[in-house]
Amino acid sequence: MMWHGTSLGAAVLALTGVQSVAIGQTALDRSRPPALGTPSKVSLPPIVTRELPNGLKLMIVEHHEIPIADFVLIVGSGGTVDPAQKVGVANLTSTMLTEGTTTRSSLEIADQIAYLGISLGAGSNWDASTISLHTPTAQMDSALALLADVTLRPSFPQTEFERIRKDRLTNLLQLKDRPTAIANQAYSAILYGSNHPYGRSLIGTEASIVALSTADLQGFYRAHFHPNNATLIVVGDVKPDQVEAKVRTLFGGWQRGTLPSINLAEAPKAGRTTVYLVDKPGAAQSSFRIGSIGVPRSTTDYFALSVMNTILGGSFTSRLMQNLRETHGYTYGARSSFDMRRAAGPFTASAEVVAAKTDSGLIEFMKELNAIRDTVPTLELSKAKRYMQLGLPSDFETTQQIANALVPVALYNLPLDYYNNYVQNVEAVTQADVQRVARRYIDPASLAIVVVGDRKSIEQGLKAVNAGPIMVRDFFGQPVSQ
Amino acid sequence: MKRSILLATWYLIAAGIPSLAGAQEVPKIKFEKYTLPNGLEVILHEDHSTPIVTVNTWYKVGSGDEKPGRTGFAHLFEHIMFMGSQNVPVGMFDKELEAAGADNNGSTTEDRTNYYENLPSNALGLALWLDADRMGFLLPTMDKTKLDLQREVVKNERRQGVDNVPYGRADEVILAALYPKAHPYSWPVIGSLADLDAASVEDVSSFFRTYYAPNNATLTIAGDFDSAEAKRLVQRYFGDIPRGPALPARPNVAPIVLAKDTFMVMEDRVQLPRSYYTWPTVRLFDKDDAALDVLASVLASGKNSRLFKRLVYDMQVAQSVSASQQSSKLAGRFEINIVPKPGQNLGSIDKVVREELQKLMTQTITDRELKRVQNSYRSSFLNRVAGVLGKSETLNTYNYMAGTPDYVQEDAARYEGVSRADVQRVTRTYLGRPKIVLTVVPEGKREMMVIANGGVR
Repeated sequence: MMWHGTSLGAAVLALTGVQSVAIGQTALDRSRPPALGTPSKVSLPPIVTRELPNGLKLMIVEHHEIPIADFVLIVGSGGTVDPAQKVGVANLTSTMLTEGTTTRSSLEIADQIAYLGISLGAGSNWDASTISLHTPTAQMDSALALLADVTLRPSFPQTEFERIRKDRLTNLLQLKDRPTAIANQAYSAILYGSNHPYGRSLIGTEASIVALSTADLQGFYRAHFHPNNATLIVVGDVKPDQVEAKVRTLFGGWQRGTLPSINLAEAPKAGRTTVYLVDKPGAAQSSFRIGSIGVPRSTTDYFALSVMNTILGGSFTSRLMQNLRETHGYTYGARSSFDMRRAAGPFTASAEVVAAKTDSGLIEFMKELNAIRDTVPTLELSKAKRYMQLGLPSDFETTQQIANALVPVALYNLPLDYYNNYVQNVEAVTQADVQRVARRYIDPASLAIVVVGDRKSIEQGLKAVNAGPIMVRDFFGQPVSQ
Repeated sequence: MKRSILLATWYLIAAGIPSLAGAQEVPKIKFEKYTLPNGLEVILHEDHSTPIVTVNTWYKVGSGDEKPGRTGFAHLFEHIMFMGSQNVPVGMFDKELEAAGADNNGSTTEDRTNYYENLPSNALGLALWLDADRMGFLLPTMDKTKLDLQREVVKNERRQGVDNVPYGRADEVILAALYPKAHPYSWPVIGSLADLDAASVEDVSSFFRTYYAPNNATLTIAGDFDSAEAKRLVQRYFGDIPRGPALPARPNVAPIVLAKDTFMVMEDRVQLPRSYYTWPTVRLFDKDDAALDVLASVLASGKNSRLFKRLVYDMQVAQSVSASQQSSKLAGRFEINIVPKPGQNLGSIDKVVREELQKLMTQTITDRELKRVQNSYRSSFLNRVAGVLGKSETLNTYNYMAGTPDYVQEDAARYEGVSRADVQRVTRTYLGRPKIVLTVVPEGKREMMVIANGGVR
């Protein structure tokens, strides 16, 4: 068992205020944790929504403690829509937004950002392209004008693109130095295959980056950067009416457009558990990525899965961390996560394990992935729920934290009262729910086990664990001749 | 470094901010400081904007206090502080905190070790109970099992952060070359695998007795709490922990002067080489420290910075360039790192670096260059005193490094006061002196090593 019920019981009782020792009124008894008062009722700030005639949605939260504001412009298209031959186009498009507009050069944009003392950057993930701005309110008008310029008038200059192209190709070369990056790349390729976008590379491949042109980037921009595909999140020392007026002036002329429909390929069916060994000669540690295709963000099992994952590998006291690190010392950290996207993203258990304990590490991973399918003890369940519930306010302290918390609300159409109902939704998760989702989504007989490490010293040990057949793969997850 | 790395995200402030007009003023952080009879310093900062509170304890001991042969010990000890104490069984430290909705961690530098809990405000008493127990009652349940386990964890932390990472061992090679053998900064915080193996239970006990006493610690509480109540709780949990013996004096070090340029090479499993230029400079808050920070930004922060624009943007011979003034309590160093594009030669790049440094020594920077850096610093000070964790760390940093928690405005003013002439002067003074140049090269490619006068071997 992971811990002793009696001690944890004390913690839980303390939280519920059942213990009656009043601090300061009796002699100090250090042997038990102090009774804690009732946690503050959390009220998260109201979200004001507005919509411009062109379809651009606004989500505004007033936060007046500091003269500062955070903006996140989300365009609801990302790497998922990259054509198979043009992987990386979404990512390069967002990178190029700050490399020149019809009125500003790349160097002028960089000069403005530093001179204003603001942060402005663009990026993309599978589901979205985002442009983020962090600005003191004293500089907000200039900063917002710059945000609008890079969003609405990017010019994709050829010379800047050639420079960025070289930068990306060099990044891809340098990726070979990092076992953790190799493990991530091989894992997604093995899980999804090359017919599904999630099996490809968000940042592109050497071949795709060589082949892409500024016309491809402009094509992506024209197809997806529409106001009716976008939400602007605003959090800070602002008034909704004022900020809406500014946004109307700057973004009102942005033309509505028709969005291409997206047809995602079916994800491949999982096979029986297999160990995929990627050779990284001399590696001091073996990088483990173990799992299967998980769930989309729209899953009705979201809260049950979040609680289950917190217990399995989502916090410091989770089973994977306690077992592989705090009991055995095999690693500096072990964890698990469900990456939920529009379509089903991966479930991954991971750790960097000392090479000499690669086989032992795998044995412990498999133990925990089996054990989570058994009934989770009540006290362990309540600890995980409290960790999630009581920790919520600390995610809403700063303007940037609040803006980041709103991104999934905008991107996945979560209800505006999502965070206000978060505590009760976590509370509703039962032991049976946890077991049901563990059994449904974690199948030890059907896992991809990717291990990047020093093949000649770890292969025999991995074979002896007998978790599944061993296949040797390259850095991209592709078969190699043995 | 549970327990790891320095706190990276410093955010915005909350309470007591004057309104802005045009340029922002850096707000004061209001605080109260007092000392218990046992020597424990206490700093309180109330901020009721969010119902959370940070408890952040600094012990004035770091890897600089270690002895050669026991490097990495201060950090290994930090790990042991999470393994329970007399009234907190193994594993319960973290379980109690997580069940209360808290996050906690610790970190070690050359100069100090910190431990923090970030919790809902109703759980303040829990953090103080736990922290007092490990300050006062760590040794009764200390044993070799705990030590051996965390020794393995720390060795894996080193593998994950140093040995299995490209260029990961560069820093320790540079430190060993820059500082004389007994200098407290001549070894890395994480230590060596051999020294970690040598650490004994007796080392743990004597380290604890020497350094982990209330008279060597500062307890900072920031966030949503009532000061009168917090003082009562601090007195209750920490008041009867006995004062420790007088502390050994921190090492006193002479400024580093290198006799001549030193060129070194190290092979690593990397695709591309990387050059590291290091000059000995000045300690944190020295009169030239801020000007050296500004110089670093002028060289390598943003597309318009001197080295980035020339090497990465215009010539496109480098993949990345960075520059930094890294200043600690006893000493500082200025570092420039460059990764070339594939097929490019670090020797030719070296010629450009020397040209650019020469320009900065003979001409002042432009007013625009200075303003860009100063404006960015001004905003960063607003960010630095943001969340309560960041504010607790800021108060502790100033308290220990500047002698008073009340220093944020003085710190910010240092950057406002830097002139174009100052940047020229510090470039001449410090970057004109002998330096260390390390080239990390792909295995078997020693010919890529940078040597004197802009060549390669």
